[in-house]
Parts: sequence; C-alpha cells; structure tokens
Amino acid sequence: MLIVENASGGYTGEEVVKDISFSVEKGEFFGILGPNGSGKTTLLKMISGLLNLDKGKIKIDGKSIGAYSKKELAKRIAVLPQLSPQVFPYTVKEMVSLGRYAHHSGLFQKWTKQDEEIVQKVMKQTNIQDFQNTSVMEHSGGEQQRIFLAQALVQNPQILLLDEPTNHLDLAYQKELLDLLRKSARNEGLTVIAILHDLNLASLYCDRLLLMEDGKARAIENPDEVLSEELIKHVYRTEVIKQPHSRVAKPQLHLMPGKRDEKLAKDIYINESQLSISREKIVLQAETPLKTVSSGVVGSGFGWYKNFVNRHVDETYYCVDHRKEMREYLSEKGFRPNQTVGMMTAVNLEDNSYGEYQGDGFSVMVVVTAGIGAAVDGTKSKPIVGPVNAGTINTWIFINGNLTEEAFIQSIITATEAKAQVLREMGIKDKKTNTVATGTPTDSILIAATQQGKKLDYAGTATELGAIIGKAVYEEMKQAILNYQKRKATAKSNGSIG
Amino acid sequence: MKSNAIKYILALTFLLFAALFAISIGSVYVPIMDIIKIVGREAFNLPIGSDVESMYVSIVYDIRLPRVILAGLVGASLAIAGAAFQGLLRNPLAEPYILGVSSGASVGAVSTLFFGISLPVIGIYTLPFLSILTALATILIVLYFARKIDRTMRVETIILTGIIFSSFLGAFISLIIALTGDELQQIIGWLLGSVSMRGWKYVGIILPFFILGSLLLLLNAKELNAMSLGEERAQHLGVDVEKRKLLILLAGSVLTGAAVAVSGTIGFVGLVIPHLTRKLWGPDHTHLLPLSMMIGAGFLILTDLLSRTIISPQVLPVGVITALVGAPVFAFILIRQRKES
Repeated sequence: MLIVENASGGYTGEEVVKDISFSVEKGEFFGILGPNGSGKTTLLKMISGLLNLDKGKIKIDGKSIGAYSKKELAKRIAVLPQLSPQVFPYTVKEMVSLGRYAHHSGLFQKWTKQDEEIVQKVMKQTNIQDFQNTSVMEHSGGEQQRIFLAQALVQNPQILLLDEPTNHLDLAYQKELLDLLRKSARNEGLTVIAILHDLNLASLYCDRLLLMEDGKARAIENPDEVLSEELIKHVYRTEVIKQPHSRVAKPQLHLMPGKRDEKLAKDIYINESQLSISREKIVLQAETPLKTVSSGVVGSGFGWYKNFVNRHVDETYYCVDHRKEMREYLSEKGFRPNQTVGMMTAVNLEDNSYGEYQGDGFSVMVVVTAGIGAAVDGTKSKPIVGPVNAGTINTWIFINGNLTEEAFIQSIITATEAKAQVLREMGIKDKKTNTVATGTPTDSILIAATQQGKKLDYAGTATELGAIIGKAVYEEMKQAILNYQKRKATAKSNGSIG
Repeated sequence: MKSNAIKYILALTFLLFAALFAISIGSVYVPIMDIIKIVGREAFNLPIGSDVESMYVSIVYDIRLPRVILAGLVGASLAIAGAAFQGLLRNPLAEPYILGVSSGASVGAVSTLFFGISLPVIGIYTLPFLSILTALATILIVLYFARKIDRTMRVETIILTGIIFSSFLGAFISLIIALTGDELQQIIGWLLGSVSMRGWKYVGIILPFFILGSLLLLLNAKELNAMSLGEERAQHLGVDVEKRKLLILLAGSVLTGAAVAVSGTIGFVGLVIPHLTRKLWGPDHTHLLPLSMMIGAGFLILTDLLSRTIISPQVLPVGVITALVGAPVFAFILIRQRKES
C-alpha cells in the first residue's frame, strides 16, 4: 500500500527526516512516536505531499506520490489536521462537503447523488448528522475534530494521516475517535497512520509503531517490542515501568515521579505496635500504603493498601453479595474500602498467633487465625455447592523490605508449603477422605511489603527471605491451631460451644 | 436550492432598484418609466420611447447611465476582489485598500499620468495595465514581507504590513502631486475616488478587466472555499495551492487595478460588502462571490448617488463616503474579532 524508501528531507537547508524506510499494509493502524523535534510531523508532511523529499521515495500502489496530481493524491490520502480556530462560519455540512473537492473534475461539475450519499453516510458514522446545518464555529473542540474527520473521510481515501489527533480532546472523545479509526481500519480497510503523543494509547490501538529519534527510525515493530523500558528510556530520556494492561494483551508504560524530598519521605516499619486485636476484628493500620497481593474479600490481587482487616463473622454468616456487604462494613468502621484489604473468618480471633522474625536487613511479621473444622485434602477435594462458612485459615505476612513481583509470588508458595507441613505434622485430617488435610476450602493469604529498604529479589525456600517466611508461618500457624484446639477442648469439657 | 434562488432574486432586485434610482434622481428628475423606455430603445433598439423628451435621453444615456454602470462595475470589482482576498488570506479584514493594493494601483496610475506614459499597442489601456501591474506587485511584496515577519502570517501581521506599504506608497503619491503643481484639485479628486464625468470611455476601459478578473475568481470559488481553511488543508483536499493562489491574487489585482484606474482609490467597499453578504447568506464562495458583486455594485451606485446629491450642486468624492461608512465598520469588526479570539 504505502512504501517509504530511504526518505530524507525537511525544510530548506535542514534535513529533519533522515533515511527512513518502512511500509504500511492496507487496513493497518500504524503509529508514529518520538520526542518533540524528532521529525514526526515532517515525515507526515512528506507522506501527505506537502513537503518534497530530498532523497528517497514514497510510493502508493507502486507509484511515487510526486507522480500523482494533487487531486489524484487527495483521493488516496486524506489528512486529519490539528484543530485550528475557524475564521468563517461554514455549516457543518458545507465543511464536510469540501472533502469531495478532489472527486469533482471540470469547472461546472454538479453535486451528485453519490456525493450526497457519501456525505450523509460519513456524517452519520461520525455522529455529526444531527447538527449538519449549524455553524462549525458553534461546536466544541471534540465535535470540530469529528467534523474534520468526516471531511477527511468523504475524500474516500485509502490512507488517513493524523497528527496528534487526540490533542485537546477529553478522555471520552479520545477513545471515541480512536475506536472509530480502528473500526474503519478493520472493517473498511482504511490504512491509518497517526502521530501519537500518548504511548499508552499508541500501545492500545496501533498494530505497529515507528519510534523516531533525531529524524531516524529507532524501531519499527509491534507495540510490545517498541515500548520496552530500555528503548523508551533511551529515546525519551525518561524512566518508565512497563506493565501489562490488566484487561487487554497490550503493554502500558508507567511514569515514575521524581524522587520526593528525602526529609518528607517517611520510613515506615511494620511491627506489632500497629496491630490491634479485638473479638470483632484484627486490624493493622500502616502509615503509608504497602504493596500487597492478597486473596481478600476486598482489595484482592495486586494493589497498594494501608489498612488490613480480618473480621470475625458468625458461623451462620451468609450474604448474596458479601463483597458489597464487606465494603459497607469497612466504611462503617471508618476504613476507606479502596485503601483496605478485608478478610472474614468465623474463627475466634483471640486464638490468633503472631510474631516478628528478623532477617539480615529486613524483617517479617506473620499473623495467623486458624480454624480447622472444615479441613480438606486439597488433592482429593470436590467443589462445594452452596454457602461455605466454616472456620478458615487466614495468613498475613508483612515484610519490611523491597520485593520484586517474583518474590511476592514465591512468598505465597513458601507460606502455603509451610501451612501444609503444619497440618501434616499435627495430623489434621480431611473428615470425608480420612487423609491428611492441606488447608480449609476458604483459606486466604496476604503478602504486604513496605517496598523500602533491602531489595529482596526472590522468596523461594532457598533464599533468606523464603527461609524466614517458611519458619514464621510454620511457627505461628502451629500456635494458632493449638490455640484453636485448646479452646475446642475446653468448650467440650465445659459443655458449651464457644 | 430554493433558498439560493431567493438570495439571487433579492440581490438582483436591490441592484436594479439602486440603478433605477440613481439614474432617475439628480438635478433633473427623470421618471423611471422614461428610463426604461430610453434604455429599451437605445440599447436594445426596441420600438418604444419615441415620445420621451430628447433632453431626458441625453441625460440618461450620455451622463447618468454610463456613470451608474461605471459605479456598478467598480463596486462589483472591489467587492468580489475583497471577498476573494478575505477567503484566500483567511482573514475577514483583508481588503484591497487595507492591504495596500489600491495604493499600489494608484502609484501605477499617477506615474502613468505624471510621466505621460503611453505604451504602444495597448494605447488607452496603458493606465489600467500599469495600475494592475503595480497592484499585483504590491500584494506580492506585502505578502512576502508579512511572511518574513511572521511565518504563520497572522491577521495582524498582514494588516500591519499592508498599512506600512499604504503609507509608503501614499507618501510617494504625495511627492508626485507636489511635483505636479497644476491640476492639483483634479488629481486629488481622482485619488479620493470618484466616478463622475467619466463617460462610456471609462466603462470600456474597465469592462474587459472586470470580465476577466471576475470570471477567474468565479471559476476558483470552490478552491477559495478550500483555501479559506488554510493552505495546507486546501492542499490535503486536493487543491493545487500554488497555482490557484497565484490565479486568485492575479484576478484580485486585475480587478483592483482596473477599478483604481477608472475611479481612483475607493476604500472599504471590498471590506464591508463581503462581510455583510457573508453575514446575510453564508461564507460559501460559490454564492458569496456573485452575491457580493451584486450587492457591491448596488452599494456603490447608491453611494455615488449620495455623493452627488448630498451637497448639491457640489459633488463629494464617493471615496469620502465609503471611508466615512467603512472605517467605523472596520473598527467594529476588529473589536469583535479580538473579543472572540
């Protein structure tokens, strides 16, 4: 479709674009990225025929763009301009109709039925049909952008060029515009070439990206390759962190804000002094958010949380939407649900066990509440239908250290292995299968780290962190189960149920 | 379509009534029916009007009709040129007078008179020819300087450059006048703009340029629409910008130069009329250009009528009246535009 071969050029006496080659296929959404002054707009002007090339060639359908007449070129390439103030009060329809200029030959060619049809179709598509008889000047930036998009689309082009189309548009319009462009690319085979400022939008919408630096092509690849931390750091001279989008298989880049003032930055240290335990709930409140991975009722998955609540509920607790009920409970108790990890248990909270364990340059605090009335062998269990509300094992692990994501996951493995070992050693059995139990059906875990201090890359059992987590969970789990069993035994002998 | 027809009917009616009024009113009143008869007989050889007084025939046919037609042609030329300049420069304040094009044409005209230049072959067309040439040169120089000062060619820059050139050329004209000495009154009267005492000869001078210039512009109406969105945008829409721009500037200069050659500098018609027409009937140049011509012609015919009746028997230069009306309108548009941006 479009082939750029060793293109160089720019303004008189200054070569802005240097020896760029790439090709774009029909229906492709191709993004151009690069810092200010890297030659993106110049390259786009060369493709649209506004600027002549000093060297190289740009071809459409095998023919050099210079060989097309202005009108013939306009039938193949349309440009969505950046918004500029309007001088004359054309109506929306008049403005859109100007896009048909290239399709009119001769001096007196009349407006045809076909012209009218395509104009109406595109106005409908861009959602501007309803105000086609109003003046363009009356409309907001977002609407004007759609009007000019319609003007470009009625040119019936094969290629649409865009220079930062989302500039000055608010969030909803940005998405709407890019969705529309992608739809045109997929459904109608429109080739879209867009300069984009926002790397994350580029990642979400573009099939391939050209990353420019000082007029040269630094990379031409799919977003996953181009948006690498090293490349972006090198070209934009800015530290970014690459993460997968949580719903779409595309990368997203996160900026790191500059380091805060050292004096203002607080050191935090998690220990038992922040822990408060009552019959109703066990709470740990940190001064600043901790990076957390958990299976809590509220605040599950990865996130940053300040408050950690293990709430006692009655054994008969049942609620259709227990997440909502839990959020309401947290709000009622003065915890912001968005800053809180919340868990539930029917276990008597006084049976908890916790302890602090020192490592070299880091420390770990583990808090466990355990009920084993419903212990199961995880290798032989079957799905349970209906409410599950027996005692459960909730394990909290706080780490004063700076963990990688691997270390978080390894912490969970290590802790789970330690838990299984405790149950085995204590001979706790699955009543249905009469085999050694590995946990309860509703066990929950939480790993929270301050992300300050020592860098802890791994938490497997062969590492110091892993060893300490294993030991700490083992000790506290054992103590919590002992507490639980002791209470049960006392309750039985007293003939009451506690 | 229907609403477009109404626009043209209204504009034509205005023009026709303006012309009839202007021919009818003056030191001697000529009844409108007589005018129709005279024109019918003299111009179309119809067998009517043999009962009309011969003095009326002479007044209408030899004095007032050529004067009205000349005023109409000048008004139409200036209005369409103004509309085209405004569209091309994306600037509702652009106008031959403000851009210095009129002054440029005047320099050509005054020089021709002063040095008594008469080019071979073209003869009586020497004056309009040189006026057009200097008009075109002026607009090119003004635009070149404006671009030098400010690459984006903002409204203010172009106007300022135009004003600087107007002053400079004005001073040049004053110098020539000072050197002339005699016929001072006549040259100043001419400079202030007038269509009086010109006769059919002047109609003959302006007519070919008027047809050429306005035809060129009318054929570029669609391109003007595209270019009023900016040159880059026009090129993206498929307009051959360099070629069309030159054609439009050439046509605008031909019209202005010819108008100045026959009537001196008449300011603000090119500003006010397109602006008014656009307000009434929209900015689409395919209609704006012809409608501006009709309204401009009617307007200058009426202004000329005013100029010769207001302090009768004295005749006021018509340029004085257009400036008296036009300058405040210019100020008004400028203020409103500033507020909007």
